Order: sequence, then C-alpha cells, then structure tokens
Amino acid sequence: MLKVPLSRLGQAALVMLVVSAVSFVMFRYVGDPVATMSRENASIEEKAELRRSLGLDQPLLVQYGRFLTRTLSGDLGISYRNQRPVTQLIAERLPATLELVIVATILSLAIGIPLGVLCALKPGGIAARLVQAVSLIGISTPTFVTGIVLILVFAVSLGWLPSFGRGQVVDLGWWSTGFLTISGLKSLILPGVTLALYQLTLIMRLVRAEMIDVLSSDYIRFAKARGLPTHYIHFRLALRNALMPVITVTGLQIGSLIAFAIVTETVFQWPGMGLLFIQAVSFVDIPVMAAYLLFVGLLFVLINTVVDILYAVVDPRLRARSA
Amino acid sequence: MIAPSASVLAIDRLRVEYPLANGTTFTAVENASLTIQPGEIHALVGESGAGKTTIGNTVMGLLETPGRIAAGSIHIDGKEFDPVKGSAAGIVLGRDVGAIFQDPMTSLNPLFTIGSQLMEAMRFHLKLDRIAAAARALELLESVGIPEPRRRLKAYPHQLSGGQRQRVVIAAALSCNPKLLVADEPTTALDVSVQAQILKLLRDLGDKRGIGILLVTHNMGVVAQIADRVTIMHRGQVVESGATEEVLRRPKAPYARALIGAVPRIDQRLDRFPVLGAEGKGRAEEARAELRTIAERSDPSADVEPILSVENLCVDYTTTGWLPGSRGHRFRAVKEVSFTIRSGEVFGLVGESGCGKTTIANVVSGLIKPTSGRVLYRGQTIAGEGATRRIGPLRQAIQMIFQDPYSSLNSRMRIGLILSEPILYYRLANSRAEAESDVARLIEAVGLESEAGQRFPHAFSGGQRQRLSIARALGARPKLIVCDEPTSSLDVSVQAQILNLLKDLRDATGLTLLLISHDLAVVRQMCDRVAVMRQGQLLEEADAATLFDDPKHPYTKELLSLVPTLDRIRGETQAA
Amino acid sequence: MKTLAPPPSLLIRLGAPISVILAAILAFVLVACALLAPFIAPYDPTDLASFELMNAELPPAFTADGDPRFVLGTDNQGRDLLSAMLYGARVSIAIGGGAVLLAASLGVTLGLLAGFYGGKVDSVIMRVADVILSFPTILLALLVSGIARALLSGASTAEWAPIILICAIAIHEWVQYARTVRAATMVEAAKDYVRAAKVIGLPSRRIMLRHILPNVMSPVLVISTINLAAAVLTEATLSFLGVGMPPTYPSLGTLIRIGNEFVFSGIWWIALFPALALVILVLAVNIVGDWLRDRFNPKLRVKR
Repeated sequence: MLKVPLSRLGQAALVMLVVSAVSFVMFRYVGDPVATMSRENASIEEKAELRRSLGLDQPLLVQYGRFLTRTLSGDLGISYRNQRPVTQLIAERLPATLELVIVATILSLAIGIPLGVLCALKPGGIAARLVQAVSLIGISTPTFVTGIVLILVFAVSLGWLPSFGRGQVVDLGWWSTGFLTISGLKSLILPGVTLALYQLTLIMRLVRAEMIDVLSSDYIRFAKARGLPTHYIHFRLALRNALMPVITVTGLQIGSLIAFAIVTETVFQWPGMGLLFIQAVSFVDIPVMAAYLLFVGLLFVLINTVVDILYAVVDPRLRARSA
Repeated sequence: MIAPSASVLAIDRLRVEYPLANGTTFTAVENASLTIQPGEIHALVGESGAGKTTIGNTVMGLLETPGRIAAGSIHIDGKEFDPVKGSAAGIVLGRDVGAIFQDPMTSLNPLFTIGSQLMEAMRFHLKLDRIAAAARALELLESVGIPEPRRRLKAYPHQLSGGQRQRVVIAAALSCNPKLLVADEPTTALDVSVQAQILKLLRDLGDKRGIGILLVTHNMGVVAQIADRVTIMHRGQVVESGATEEVLRRPKAPYARALIGAVPRIDQRLDRFPVLGAEGKGRAEEARAELRTIAERSDPSADVEPILSVENLCVDYTTTGWLPGSRGHRFRAVKEVSFTIRSGEVFGLVGESGCGKTTIANVVSGLIKPTSGRVLYRGQTIAGEGATRRIGPLRQAIQMIFQDPYSSLNSRMRIGLILSEPILYYRLANSRAEAESDVARLIEAVGLESEAGQRFPHAFSGGQRQRLSIARALGARPKLIVCDEPTSSLDVSVQAQILNLLKDLRDATGLTLLLISHDLAVVRQMCDRVAVMRQGQLLEEADAATLFDDPKHPYTKELLSLVPTLDRIRGETQAA
Repeated sequence: MKTLAPPPSLLIRLGAPISVILAAILAFVLVACALLAPFIAPYDPTDLASFELMNAELPPAFTADGDPRFVLGTDNQGRDLLSAMLYGARVSIAIGGGAVLLAASLGVTLGLLAGFYGGKVDSVIMRVADVILSFPTILLALLVSGIARALLSGASTAEWAPIILICAIAIHEWVQYARTVRAATMVEAAKDYVRAAKVIGLPSRRIMLRHILPNVMSPVLVISTINLAAAVLTEATLSFLGVGMPPTYPSLGTLIRIGNEFVFSGIWWIALFPALALVILVLAVNIVGDWLRDRFNPKLRVKR
C-alpha cells in the first residue's frame, strides 16, 4: 500500500531531533534557570538545593534524556513569567492560532488559484497585468504594515470591525472557537485577511508559473493537436498538472503561516501562540520559547508527512514507485 | 492513381513569415507546394532550419504565435484552410487530422491514464459514451500492437517504455479515423529496433487504412524505407520533390545531390564523404603538417603495442541514499568488457542507447573510475586497481571530443582562452606568445580562420564548434582521442565534413581514435575495427569489413537488418 | 549595493520595459539617499541634543498644524521624522545587504561544493539545508535573535543588534542560494565543457571557479535582488516585533513599531511615513527582481 518514502520519515526524525536538541540547549544553557526561578535574596544553599531539585547537577546526556522523557509525557516546564505549566498555556492559545491559520489558508487558496490561472491564460491582458502589479505590491508590503493599514481604515476610521482580540468565543470543552458568534467571526476578518494576503500572492504566483510551464509542455501541445476543447485542456488537464506543486507549497505554507501568525497576532493582539511566543522572547521566558519551538517543529513534521502522503495519492508516478 | 482533387492535403505556394522585433520579417517557408493522396506517405526532409516542422505545425493550426501564413493556400481533404482561424471549415483537428510528435516521453500527460487520454478525443469528436469509447480504445491499442491492451488502459505513461508510448501516441492520433496524419520526427527519439517497428506501423496505416501521412524527418534512411513521395527543403524553400525512388536515385538539384551524397553508406566503405563546395585546403594542410612534426618530435620511440587495452572492465552505478554513506540501488552498466586498440587505428564501439558504450568512453578518458577490471595505456595501468595517477604525459595522451557542440565549449570564455587552457596547463608552450601561435595553428588545422580565437563560442555554428572542440583536444598533443558520438547532433552535411576532418587529422598526425556511436553507417565509414555492445556486454569484435559483410552475432545481424538506409535505392550508380 | 542589484544601464541593454527601468532608478535613488543620510538629512537623529520633547508629535509640514522645520513631522521624542527615516533606511539597507552578502557567499560556496562533488558532501550539506528549510524564515530569525539576546547582557544587545540580525536572516536565506547553485552546478557539471576540462585534468578548484561559477551566477544575481527585498522585510518585521534594532538606533521597522503605539490616538504619520518608505523601497527592488526572474526563466517569458 502507500508508503511514505523512507527519506521523508528520516528527515522528519532528524528535524525533531534537531528541534528537541535546540530546545534542550535553550532550556539548559540560555539564561540561568536558577537565577530566574529563585527569590532575589536567596542564599547559596537555597540555590544549590534548587539546582539539585531541578537535576541541573546531573551529566549532560542524562539531563537530555530526562528532558526528552518529560517532554514526551507532556511536561514542558513552568513559565518563568506567569508561573503556570507551559503545556496548559499552549493548549489555551492553540485554538486561536489554528482558527486564524485555517481562515487564512482557505482565503489564500480560494482567491490565489483562480487569479494565478487567470494570469497564466491571458498573460498580456489588462486583468492579468493588474493582478500581477497588485501582487507585487502584496509581496512588498510587510504583514504588519498591512495590518496597521487595515486597522486604520476599517477599525479606526470606519469603525466597522474590531481591531483587537477574538471577540466572544464559545467554549467547547478543550477548544474555544470564534466561529460560532457574530463578534467572533467579525474579529476573525481583519487578522484573517492580513495573514492571507501574503500567502495569497505566493500561491497566485506559483500557480501562474506552474500553469505557464505546463501550457508550454509537449503533452498539452499534443492535447491541442487532438483537437480537445480549450476549456477542457486548461481546466481539466493543465490545471491538474499545475496544482501538483501547490499541494507541497500549501503544506509548507501552513507551517509558515503558523510562524507568520506571530506578526499578525502582535498587530491585532490576538491571543494565540504567536503572541505568547513573542512575549516570551521579550521576557526571555525560556520554557515557553522552548515549548513553542518543539510544538511548531512537531506541527511542521506532521503537516509535511500529511503532504507527502497526499502527494503520493495524487501523483501516479509516486504511487507506482511505492506499490 | 487517384485524381488530385481527392488529395487529403494540398499545399500550394505556401509562405510562412515570422515578424521580428526590429520590424523586419523572417520567412520560414517560401513558395512551398505539395500534395498527399489517401494512403500515401509523403516525407518532408531537410536539415535543421529548413522549415519542414513549420509546415507541419501550420497544417495542424499550431503555428507558434507570431508566425503567420503570408501567401498561398492549404487544402485539407478538399476544404480550404483559413489562415485567420488556423483551421479549415469542416475539418476538426484531432478528428480529421491526427498528430504524432517526436518525443513519446513528453507527449503524454503523466497524471492521466493511457485509457483516459485515448478516450477524451473520441468523446469530444465522435460523441461516444464512456463504454463505447473504452471499447474503441482497447481496439486501438490492439491495432497498434501493444501487448496486454486491457491492462494498459489503466496504466499511466511512466509505466510504459518509449516505444510503447509512441504506439499509444499513434493510437490517440488514430482514435477518430483521421484522413491525414502529421508525424513530426516520430522515430528520432527511439532506438533502431523500436524505430523499425514504428515505421512498419506507419506504413501499415497508409496501406491498410488509407490515411495520408505527412512525415517530417531529417533521416534519409527513414524516407527511403517508407515514403512514397519526398520533398526536400533547404532554408525554407523546396529544392526538389517527387517519387522517393526517383528523387533519391537521381537527385537533380545540387543541394539535394549533396545532401543525399552526405548520408553515410552502410554497404560499402568510401574514402571520403562527398561534400558541397571546396574543403579548406592550403593553410589547413600546412598547419596539420606542423602538428605532425611536433607529434613526431615529442614522441619517444617506446611505442608499446597495443596503445590501449581494456581488461574485464565492470562499472556499477549506485544511486546515493538519503543519509550520507547509505547505499541506494546498484546498476551494472558495463559487464566484463575487454578489448584492445592498436596504434593508429580507428576503433568503433557501437550499440543502442544504454548499452554502456559512453560509460566505457568515460572510464578510458578518466572521468569515472571502474568498479573492477582495468584499463592500460601502452602497458601502464591508468584505471582500475593499481592505476598510476593520471598526471602529465599520461593525462595528456588521451583526450576526448563530445556529442553536443553547444555545451562542449564554455560560453563565458573566448575561444583562444579555451584552446590555450590545455597548452598552458601541460606547459607545452614556453611563453604566452608561443601558446597563442599554437592556438592559431590548431584553429587553422581544423579548417577555421585563426581570428576565431578572439570570439566567444556563440559566434559559431554547430559544425564550427565541433571543429573547435577537436582543436582543443589536439592542443594537449594526445595519442588517442575518444570521440563520444561526435556527429550525432549535427546535420548530415555537417557530419560529413566533421568526419572528413577526423579522417584527415588522423592521416596527417597518426592519431588513434576510439569512436563511440549508435550510427552503424558512420562506424562503417570511419572504423578499422568495430565492437558491438548490448546491455553492458561486448557481443562481437571484428574488422569493420568482416563485421558488416558477415556478422556473427544474431544481435549484430538484427541491428544491420533494421537500420533504414538509402543503399537499397542508391545502388552502385550513385557511388560517385 | 552595486553588486546586488543590476544597474539600470544593464537593464536597458536587456530590453527591460520602462516601468522596470523606472523602478530600478527609484531603487537607486532611495538607496543612495539612505547611504548618504548623514549628508542630506536635515537633523542628526542620533544626536540626543538635537531634538527636544517640546517638539514631539508635530504633524507634517503640509498639514494645518505643521511646522515648516519638520517636513514629515516629528516622532514622540521630538525627532525630525524625515531624518530618522533616512538614517533608518540606511540601517535597514545595510542589514538587508549584509544578510544577502553573507547568505550568498555561504550559499554559493556550499552549493558549488555540493553540486560538483555530489555524494557525501552533497548529502551532508543538503540535509542541513532541508532541516533549516523546515522552519519559516521568521521563526528561525526570532529564535536566533532570541537566543543571542538571552546570551548577551542587556547593554551589548543593542551594539550587537545589526550583527545578530544579519546572521538571523542569513541563516535561512543561504539555503536558497545553495539549492539553486547546486542544481545549476549539477547541470553545468554534466555539460561537455566541464567534462572536457576534467579530461584535460584541470584541478577541481579551477574547474569550479573558472568554468562553472561564471555560468551559474545569473540565477544568483536574480535571487539576490529578490532576497534583498525579502531581507529588508524580515529585518523590518523583527524590529517591529521588538527583537531587532533598538529605538536608540532605529531601522524603518523600529520606527513603525514606535509609530504603531500612536496610531489609535490619531497620530498616524509616525507609523505611516516609514511604512510607506519601506514599501516603496521593497517594491522598487521587487519589480526589478521579478522582471529579472522572468527574463532569465525562458519558460516564463511572456510571448507577445
């Protein structure tokens, strides 16, 4: 049956290993946990006691081993800043970020693919040139500037949409969603659009490039020579070929959307993981930084594996190789 | 003979132009006329740039965008072609006109099954439903001779071999019973044995289904084998047209005569290839004489024979695994090959693609290392176990010339610099000035003007570049030159010139040549002794005359019988 | 920056449309202004004595309440915004350019080695590249700067900020160079002119530098133009997030960060003008880079 190429699994393992090592090194060596965690006027004995209780006097590999075991059991330490378990903090923030990323991904695909096809089919046309020009402005504008401008226009001047926060959320036990309330949905619009804009231009340009490439291929020429209708050639045949790399890129982009959400969340004060992380960076809250890194690494690996499986399902050449 | 009005294709005084950016126009085809009757194969031949493919594309309505029909008319099945719409009224591309392209590896969409690609045209043009289309697709695959057609319907293109894919392409072209088939170099990308099958299939289409075929090709042998009529083109113009036998046997136009004369014969060996116009003599001969004196001066008397021996050579290719050091798949490209080359002879290594001949060339010239076995140059091991490091005279002794003249010269370096590199590296000149005069002599020896040294490679044609590539190899003052398909990307008239040049150089300087080629006729014309390879193994080794007149191995016999040649038509009268 | 972005004259020779040439000229003017900031800026924003709090938050000169001394108004500390922007752009461009240079030299070298030697060298370099590519630029940059800031004491962070930023950006960008150059090198290395050089016996170093390198440089130049724009954006983003250039030595991103706090109070110019400058600079470079990319990729060249 389906077999994800071994190399991909190897790579996933390597990535996780690197990530956990970096997290561990951060955890252990960056900043002095003892100094951060103990009271200001703690005595040397108290500090030594704390060091022992934290296991910091053990050999390095033992510490790394313990770190891995603790991590696997879901214990990621306690935030220096707000003295709560990091796992709990991340679990609270996860839904906000994921909902934002889902909205942005759907938006960017739904708009980016048709625009890309348009630009590829009528490369000299006015519409295509306009889209191309706007897309250049799109990739030249940093996310935070887009966010600020959107806030200025729609929140400050027009007052139509909220400029920060998630609005009212509905708690579904382990997941809090903004999809179910009007204010929640309204709050999603500006950050969602901001986050989507950058991805949208990337998707659009990719689809355009791939489509132009495919349209000049021999098999499309052969399809034309068989007299197949143009719309059939463009949308049934060429589009399918052109969308193959889009799968990979979308997968990668979901990962980088999670990272990019850091910026969007900062601009819109969106209570997600990114905001948590950036606050941790400015407070040098190492456990949170390390945990975020581990978590994003894991998400990445998961998404990439899913993309590989998906790719193998869609591309007959890979399907045959693994059969 | 059928009346002209019943012709499936009639092109009359066609002119095709491409407007250029600077306001002028480039005329790709001028005043071209031809007609094709049902069941007739009409070959359109010429060298690159002759305009033959442009005609094919125009008929299909697939002319590249700036190109336009400037004058003349095209009738397909009696209906006039509208140059604005790019089609003829009542004629549907794909239904009435079928197309076959050169490269079967890229003509089929990799993401769709063979069946769906066969069926789509029928569903659009013949309005067949899925079941009827599938039934007909099966029929088509059977008729083009694909084994296990039912299973192949569900297969994807990558699961088929090149020959099978080209059959699928033909089946797709036939799917709606076209009256006309445009085949653009349909066998150029295929090996001789597969080519023979595809050609037979095309001939059958004409004979049994009465389809008219416009066969665009550069290969005279193919023309001789299956075409009823032939039109020879040169720089956009028709130079000669008529029944194949008539044109090939008694060409009237000087260009046609030269073109046909330049096709290497497989049945007998000629001294030189006849070429159009005078060949560079005078200065070139002087320069070659100078090369000879240099060669004799530097040559130590210790001429150990044979000059090269290859002993039990094996070469494996392993794909690198994902992690450093991990092993991937292993593939044995050359299996226990042994042969020897004598001083001063031309030794030919011939076989179809993937037979391992280029791998051997790479080992001999030091580009790759053998897995086992060894190569000896004048008794000294140069590759394999216990090999002496290839430096200085040992490295100098064996040089190489390559297939693709467009990539064999670094486009960022002037010719002078490229040619002086080996001279300076081996310290064959005492000063820069001496190196420059060496370079000038080399350029003259290969029949070009010494001013060529100041220019960049893009200023030269393919044939000229191949001459320069030869000059670079000569610069190291080698004893043996490995020629890896030296003429297979050149037009046939240029090929004749380059092969003549190699012969002249060998006669003048006493070089030894190892000629790697897939072209049996070229090997016959050039080589003293020949070895035949298949799938990494050396099957037969013999004197050229013996091998071609009396082959021993069944594979050699088969190969010789399959090569499409002019010899059948040309006969003895044409030899002069 | 002459080595990174092609000069307009070259673009004209390559047949660039007028919009691309204008963009190139604009980019040059902006870069020149930024680099010459100390000579053309009306005030010195790094000189604490030159600005006063009583001049703080003055609107641009062309508005009703504007002060003619400050063309684009002043920031929250009374600094002339135009001067701060010129200096800020200089910082942004220097860091962006530095990151591109570092990434390009590292990436080209490794790509050349990987593509030429293949085998183990290739595997090792490309596995490292794969792992790095598994992380988005911004996350990696945040991590690097986060770790660097944690390791350095507070005071020296500001001093080291440009170096940290350059490294933080380059650590991701070299991969693109390495991959491109590796692929191009593999193509070139299989070509007959390289095989010819090997048969002659030329040393690998000479083959790589004299023969292959000049033939793989055009994609490198194209990537560099696009990457310069990307690097400037990444720097701005990091500074905006507060982990880049400190307010005492602001880049354009830092200025936008400062301005962002005042957007809600109607003081829009502190954020808007630097943002505009940033977008125009990056856009101009991107227009050139985008055209170059299409120009050097024959498949994407639009047929007209």
